[in-house]
Amino acid sequence: MSDVGYIRRHNRPLYFFALFYLAFLYIPVLFLPLFSFNDAIYVAFPIKGFTTAWYEQMLTNEPMHAALVNSLKVGAASSAIATMLGIFGAKAVTKYRIKGEKPVVSVIMLPLVIPGIILGVALLILLSRIGVTLSLYTVTLGHILICVPFSMATLMARFEGFDKSMEEASADLGDNVWWTFWRVTLPLVAPGVIASLLLCFTISFDEFIMAFFLAGTEPTLPIFIYGQLRFPQKLPSVLALGACILVVSFVVVFVSQWLQRRDDPAAQGLGN
Amino acid sequence: MGLSDSTAIAGTVPESRRSLAARLRVIFMRSESLRGYALLSPTLIVMLLGMCLPFALMVAMSFWTQRGFDIDISFSLTNYGSAISSPIYEALLMRSLAISGTCAIVTVLLSYPMAYYVAFHVHRRKMLWIILMTLPFWTSYLLRIFAWKIVLGWNGVINSGLKSLGIIDQPLEFLLYSPTAVVITLVHAWAAFAILPIYVSLEKIDRSLLEAAADLGDGPVQRFLRVTLPLSLPGVIAAMLLIFVPTVGDYVTPALVGGPDGIMIANMIQAQFGKVNNWPMGATLAIVMMIVLTIIAVVYIWLTRKLAEWIS
Repeated sequence: MSDVGYIRRHNRPLYFFALFYLAFLYIPVLFLPLFSFNDAIYVAFPIKGFTTAWYEQMLTNEPMHAALVNSLKVGAASSAIATMLGIFGAKAVTKYRIKGEKPVVSVIMLPLVIPGIILGVALLILLSRIGVTLSLYTVTLGHILICVPFSMATLMARFEGFDKSMEEASADLGDNVWWTFWRVTLPLVAPGVIASLLLCFTISFDEFIMAFFLAGTEPTLPIFIYGQLRFPQKLPSVLALGACILVVSFVVVFVSQWLQRRDDPAAQGLGN
Repeated sequence: MGLSDSTAIAGTVPESRRSLAARLRVIFMRSESLRGYALLSPTLIVMLLGMCLPFALMVAMSFWTQRGFDIDISFSLTNYGSAISSPIYEALLMRSLAISGTCAIVTVLLSYPMAYYVAFHVHRRKMLWIILMTLPFWTSYLLRIFAWKIVLGWNGVINSGLKSLGIIDQPLEFLLYSPTAVVITLVHAWAAFAILPIYVSLEKIDRSLLEAAADLGDGPVQRFLRVTLPLSLPGVIAAMLLIFVPTVGDYVTPALVGGPDGIMIANMIQAQFGKVNNWPMGATLAIVMMIVLTIIAVVYIWLTRKLAEWIS
């Protein structure tokens, strides 16, 4: 053993840097829940006192509820469709050796590197020229486009991991393609599918840039929030809502990431 | 798999007696690529239609002109003329490139030690660290910008905090509504896009290379500069591009924390589709932005390839 022990050793400056970095990532975000309990219209120190008034206000805010329901609908639809498309795509790429696979996959992954405003504006032009009225459906369409790359990347990692012989065994035992998929493939990749659904839902639920262009008269939640930011007296109830969204999305994403990385995909299908 | 079935079919039935459909079927079953594309087709078709049609129409529209409330669809280069000649667009584009470039560099510089720490010094609960580092990325973009508005604002956390501690009398005005505020907010928002690629490239490094370098007498600094850093460059290069390109097109951050000095090109594009109501001009600006970004990306990739060759 040569002297690369320095890697194993605890590195104090780096450790403190890492803590500082995590603080930079988390502290600004944590001010939302902190001030959501503050008994003052203005978001400023010193803290005035504890109140749950903003949360009560939030519970009776009808337009906010409508926007929440809209976002849930769009998120459910776009995550389901994007994950389905992601399953087809990831399965095709991992199961078969396809000529020209690299460029094709890059095309599907393009929305990851195209600025959202470009995609949103281009879709807006198309929809208005062919005379489609903007609605939650058009927002869903836009969200599917940006969710598919995430879904496919998540699922590819999962599909690559499992043992092909399980599928072959099922096929040899007389199951057709669909039965094999339903009884063998799906249970093996279920954690990946759930992770993809959750991630796509989170992306859609938070997406603002495209929804801003593609939403009609029914706002999604981010659009509603953006509208509220202009009115200082409405900020506290946005804080309360933001705190709730933060808690829910932290939990959802934590679960999905956990599912995705819990076990090394390479170990899947071997042990049991 | 599957291949054995098709050869069985081909073997039992003479070539001439098979129908066209059966022959196509054999071709299909034999060609892995074709079967792959068949399975891939729903996804590919949706993505191609969803991107190509809108882009084609956007390109077409960029050659049209707005006349009052109507759009004249005869071919014209007027929009491109004004996009190139008016200084405001150029200034906004240059500022966007500067802000995004700064943001990409700062994010990578901050994220590299973090990724390095997790890749080399964390042994237990590695996954927890990775999730912790990427978790904020998945929370609402709008709320994160809003959080920075609270932190940096005139009456915000920093100013009111410093004031109630008696350190300052007057709020620090440079914090909010400035390009600096945009950079800070963007660095925070895009951190995960730097950490993950850098972490992956660091994690991939064969540890025995480091041992070899140590055996050959390199100290820690030399080992880092000659082994770790060059081998992790792909991650760094990818991270820079992954952050630079999308942030140029951001309009929400500049609109909320940028102020007049922090407005970027995407705000101008958004305005063309909003209150200015000149869609063709907006389409032109969007395309000019895409072209500039593509050129920068291509030159950047070419340069980094050359650099990599030169190093090795």
